[in-house]
Amino acid sequence: MLGKTAGGLFWMFRYLERTENTARMLDAGLRIALTRSAAAESEWKSIITATGLRKEYEERHGSFTGPKIIDFLLRDKQNPGSTMAAVVNARNNARLVRTALTRELWEAVNESYMVLKDVLAHPITDRELPGVLQTIRQHAAIVRGTLAGTMLRNDIYDFARIGTFFERADNTARTLDVKYYILLPSVRHVGSPADNVQWEAILRSVSSVRAYQSVHHGDTDPRSIAEFLILDRRSPRSLAFCYDKIVSNLGYLSKANAAASASMEQANTLNAMFQERDIDAIFTQGLHEFTQCFLRESFRLGQQIEQDYRFTE
Amino acid sequence: MVDKKPTFDEMNRADGSPRDTYARYSQWLENQDTARLNAKSAEAEALFRLTGITFNVYGMEEADERLIPFDLVPRIISANEWRTLAKGIEQRVRALNAFLYDIYHNQEIIRAGRLPAEMIANNEAFLPQMIGVAPPGNVYTHIVGTDLVRTGPDEFFVLEDNARTPSGVSYMLENRETMLHMFPELFSQIKVQPVSQYPRALRRSLRACAPPACTGMPTVAVLTPGIHNSAYYEHAFLADQMDAELVEGHDLRVVDGRVAMRTTNGYEPIDVLYRRVDDDFLDPLNFNPDSMLGVPGIMDIYRAGGITIANAPGTGISDDKAIYSYMPDIVEFYTGEKALLKNVPTWRCSEPEALKYVLDNLPELVVKEVHGSGGYGMLVGPAASKKEIEDFRAKLIAKPAGYIAQPTLALSTVPILTEAGLAPRHVDLRPYVLVSPDGIDITPGGLTRVALNEGSLIVNSSQGGGTKDTWVLEE
Repeated sequence: MLGKTAGGLFWMFRYLERTENTARMLDAGLRIALTRSAAAESEWKSIITATGLRKEYEERHGSFTGPKIIDFLLRDKQNPGSTMAAVVNARNNARLVRTALTRELWEAVNESYMVLKDVLAHPITDRELPGVLQTIRQHAAIVRGTLAGTMLRNDIYDFARIGTFFERADNTARTLDVKYYILLPSVRHVGSPADNVQWEAILRSVSSVRAYQSVHHGDTDPRSIAEFLILDRRSPRSLAFCYDKIVSNLGYLSKANAAASASMEQANTLNAMFQERDIDAIFTQGLHEFTQCFLRESFRLGQQIEQDYRFTE
Repeated sequence: MVDKKPTFDEMNRADGSPRDTYARYSQWLENQDTARLNAKSAEAEALFRLTGITFNVYGMEEADERLIPFDLVPRIISANEWRTLAKGIEQRVRALNAFLYDIYHNQEIIRAGRLPAEMIANNEAFLPQMIGVAPPGNVYTHIVGTDLVRTGPDEFFVLEDNARTPSGVSYMLENRETMLHMFPELFSQIKVQPVSQYPRALRRSLRACAPPACTGMPTVAVLTPGIHNSAYYEHAFLADQMDAELVEGHDLRVVDGRVAMRTTNGYEPIDVLYRRVDDDFLDPLNFNPDSMLGVPGIMDIYRAGGITIANAPGTGISDDKAIYSYMPDIVEFYTGEKALLKNVPTWRCSEPEALKYVLDNLPELVVKEVHGSGGYGMLVGPAASKKEIEDFRAKLIAKPAGYIAQPTLALSTVPILTEAGLAPRHVDLRPYVLVSPDGIDITPGGLTRVALNEGSLIVNSSQGGGTKDTWVLEE
């Protein structure tokens, strides 16, 4: 496979995952804004912070109000994390790697672009938002299903999966990082309604409310939320789950590629952050320190993969 | 010298009855409801958009990806007509390759006095870097798109030879797929020769031209200028269908005397490069030094037999519009036979007498730039305003050798579907021809381009042209 194609696949699937992640975060923010207007601004702030673009946002928009945020997250072409920008980037990468994709998969990506370009052609009102978010999620599901149903399990698939889980882990870690103080034991007010809403918002923004409840039988407490999102391999959005997948897909690739041992080693080191330790050890290290360390290492891994597999010259 | 004959409609006779070739189709069409057909037309457009058969208009944002309009009334050619055409095309393409070999070697056609030396010496399409180079199998034009027009029952003319990097074959293939999808019943009633074998034939043909350095199964790659090129869809489509890599200049470099592509496992050599970039951009060391699209040094590897470039560099000398006027002689010189396919009569404005005639008759002629393409920079006399004609006259006088002129042909028509029903429009035909040491392979049919505007003779997609599926009937 061409190095460029490997890079195109990796980024195509990062952007596809990002499309959906942005929609999830917006969904969670919307929930808070609707139910507890007092907390709305801080919730919006933390979502923007999680995108890593708070400075750009503040320079251009100033205040954190619903319509501006919605537009920034869904339609702003200058925000590379906005749904529209991510869809455009995903499609451009899909065009670049067109020969590596099945016709069905390309058409699923192209259709999601065509539909979302129409849907997001004008600013989205509160009333339209739930429907729009559902459309975004549906198309992400169609693309994912088409990948699973039509693609060979070969190196193409490996790069697609690595891109997906790399982006997802990054997203979960950022969400945890901007909310880490809510999960800290020191500010725990067990059972206070305010915190319950905040905790639930974290789960909701990674679409894990129902999953968490079925594992923890309805008890919501910050320690087990953190554990669920970091260490629980049953949760498809946990860091441990994502790294399980990354290590296994990278493993297939590195078997066929002796020169690619550095990224494999780094992925194994990262994966070890979730092995042989429990959530208490992470809290002892400091949740914020832990997620920061993870994000730093994950960034380095991304660079190493790019180098090992010759995405660029 | 305007052709005063009435326009030949390929579907219907002057009395409105269908010609034999179209009899069964017309019968089917009679039972169709125009509203349903128009709905099908919209369905076809949605299919094309989903597949992504769009082309980018230079300088536009991606919001401006355009579709080439597709008309769902097929253009039908009988088995007999096709046999005659195919023979003529094959003869002409053989002559083209013999001509190219000769021009870059002994130039016997010039020694024999059949072609003036200055036609080559002063021609910017002649590549000195190709002198003495014999490509594998002496194949220069691996892919040719011969543009044909028709003016009567048995009157076909070659308009252009397109021996550089002819495009449009993906439309030939997708148009058929779309028709099969929308009107399966038609294909069970009418036996049409298939076209879907083209990508496999192309791969086979390219592999048969592997260079001396190739050991084992030849590796084929398609070189594209990138996703912003107007024909990128086609490049990706052909690479995908041939199971070849789709590469850009920055994926390639010279490694150990071979042109190699950067894979996840390091650099791997390419044997045959189907390039969709022009000669000028192919190699910044040998041609345009500013090109970012090519591979530095590829020409040196090519000359040393390390890679096959398809089409060979320098083929432009054979489809040049000034050379075109010598094609009947060229065919005769190399094949020893009269040309089976006619040339359109052509005045070379470099010749004083011809120039005088052309200047005196501008309102009736089509005048083209010798190096122009895409329907740009040409004058269609009968359709031009007085001012356009006078402006063109000035350009022509300033640089006569840059132009040729031809009579305005009464191109045949085939009906298209409009909201108001069927209406005749002018068409041309571009069959696709593959050349390898194993022989010449012509896909039955080709791409029919249609001028969608009433009365227009310009079929180029950039200027209001559309396409049709082209059927060659089974025997």
